[in-house]
Amino acid sequence: MPIIEVTELHKRYGDTVAVEDVSFTVEEGEIFGILGPNGAGKTTTVECIEGLRSPDAGAISVLGLDPRRDRAELRQRLGAQLQESSLPDKLTVAEALDLHASFYRRPADWNALLDSLHLADKRRARYRDLSGGQKQRLSIALALVGGPAVAVLDELTTGLDPQARRDTWDLIAQIRDSGVTIILVTHFMDEAQRLCDRLALVDAGRIAALDTPAGLIARAQQRQYVHFRASAPVEDAALTAQPEVDEVRRSGAQITVIGTGNLLYAVASVLARERIVAEELRVEQATLDDAFLALTGRRLQQ
Amino acid sequence: MTPTTRNPLRSLPVSVLAKLVSVEAKLLLREPGALAFGILFPSALLLGLGAVPLLREPSPEFGGLRFVDYWAPSALILGLGIMGLQHIPTTVAAYREKGVLRRMSTTPVGPGAVLVAQLIVAFASGVVTAAVLIASAWAVLDVSPPEQPWWFALSFAVGYGSLLAVGMLIAAVVPSVRLATGAATLAYMVTMVIGGVFLPRFFFPDALARLGDYTPPGVQAMLDSWSGEAVPDPLQLGTMALIGGVAAAVAARFFRWE
Repeated sequence: MPIIEVTELHKRYGDTVAVEDVSFTVEEGEIFGILGPNGAGKTTTVECIEGLRSPDAGAISVLGLDPRRDRAELRQRLGAQLQESSLPDKLTVAEALDLHASFYRRPADWNALLDSLHLADKRRARYRDLSGGQKQRLSIALALVGGPAVAVLDELTTGLDPQARRDTWDLIAQIRDSGVTIILVTHFMDEAQRLCDRLALVDAGRIAALDTPAGLIARAQQRQYVHFRASAPVEDAALTAQPEVDEVRRSGAQITVIGTGNLLYAVASVLARERIVAEELRVEQATLDDAFLALTGRRLQQ
Repeated sequence: MTPTTRNPLRSLPVSVLAKLVSVEAKLLLREPGALAFGILFPSALLLGLGAVPLLREPSPEFGGLRFVDYWAPSALILGLGIMGLQHIPTTVAAYREKGVLRRMSTTPVGPGAVLVAQLIVAFASGVVTAAVLIASAWAVLDVSPPEQPWWFALSFAVGYGSLLAVGMLIAAVVPSVRLATGAATLAYMVTMVIGGVFLPRFFFPDALARLGDYTPPGVQAMLDSWSGEAVPDPLQLGTMALIGGVAAAVAARFFRWE
């Protein structure tokens, strides 16, 4: 039973078409990703779900509510973390959470929330004195303080350092495990691949593909690459005899075997038979980046 | 970006409004500039001028009053202008530019509640400014407290209320903090000139002096009720109430939420 249903959503600003026919459903308890380049229509789509914008055409149902008509009720049950939103500079972390908790019928315990977001020692810190990662975590806390059934997180890790990003990912997985359905908007492949149960690839206002991350990668049917140095000479023919192997390339002592399927196993069995040891063995597999390229004809990040 | 928030206030329980007001009050208390110039400076300036003996002599130019009696309402206007025409427009524009209002629009309370809380805090700080000024002028310069307290309270409420409405109108329509600061400063200077802050209105051409009687915050009505020389002209109060009402309505109708 889907918790969010978006049907044939359209939205334009003047002459610019932001969203051109987007439909998808989100199941309860999943992390649903919306992935695409800047300007693809991701934020507009979630702003329509949040009730911040009126669609030009199409229907949206969130928890059985119409985001525009039932806005008051929706806001009690949907938490949103927006791009480009902040707090007054001199407001403290505790004041912000205490204030926002008072807006909701059944707020979460914000002290526990601070503990789980590693902000407990920042309680008295003013907003402007927080680091980027701390601001981002506070933003998540504010999206969750109302005890929402659905949380929409928009470009959550943009501008964070790698460690802060990984910490944030762990946190989002924990939030999902606590029963909150999450819509995650991102333009980072690794983030989507790591976190999302299902993923919509959005390009130029349309959904190019919608599947699990693994399903999208498989659909892209990218070839794999096995790189190694052989301890003794090995014939190309011995390798290409394997059905998984399409091609063998050499560059000095470096050998690259290109193929599909269980390529690594096929290569390893040939080398074992020939009593050759593979040094500096490395496997390159298709990523969501390759999938995006295959499905939309362009790269996600230029 | 088109604003789509039609009913920014939604439901606003009193307990939530009280909490918003207390948070906005705390934030104001953390702004030393607004506190010093908005609340304390008018009293300090009046007491400073009162240290000049000549300005403590009754003079026919001030209708038999001393300069300090005559100018006390202008000192108050100096502080009210800081709050209403400087602090409010720039704070609200910054709230919009930094996405504070945007974040509020995702909550059940909505962004309008923040503005209501801002106005309540600004009004209360104006009351404090007036109280400090009246008390210090009375204690130090023997400027008697308003002779017609109820008329004075009404003149203050109408005058300052309409000034705040004008400040919110500036905040509503200017697109950026920079423009808000510019427009607010212009409005502030005009208000200060007309309110006789820079130059006693005694020196004004008649038309300019009369203009100040009818435009927010209405220095003449405050002076009349403070000195007890006359009952404030209902036409002056009515005109200011009208200006304030129109400014508030236009601000509410055309407020840029993003």
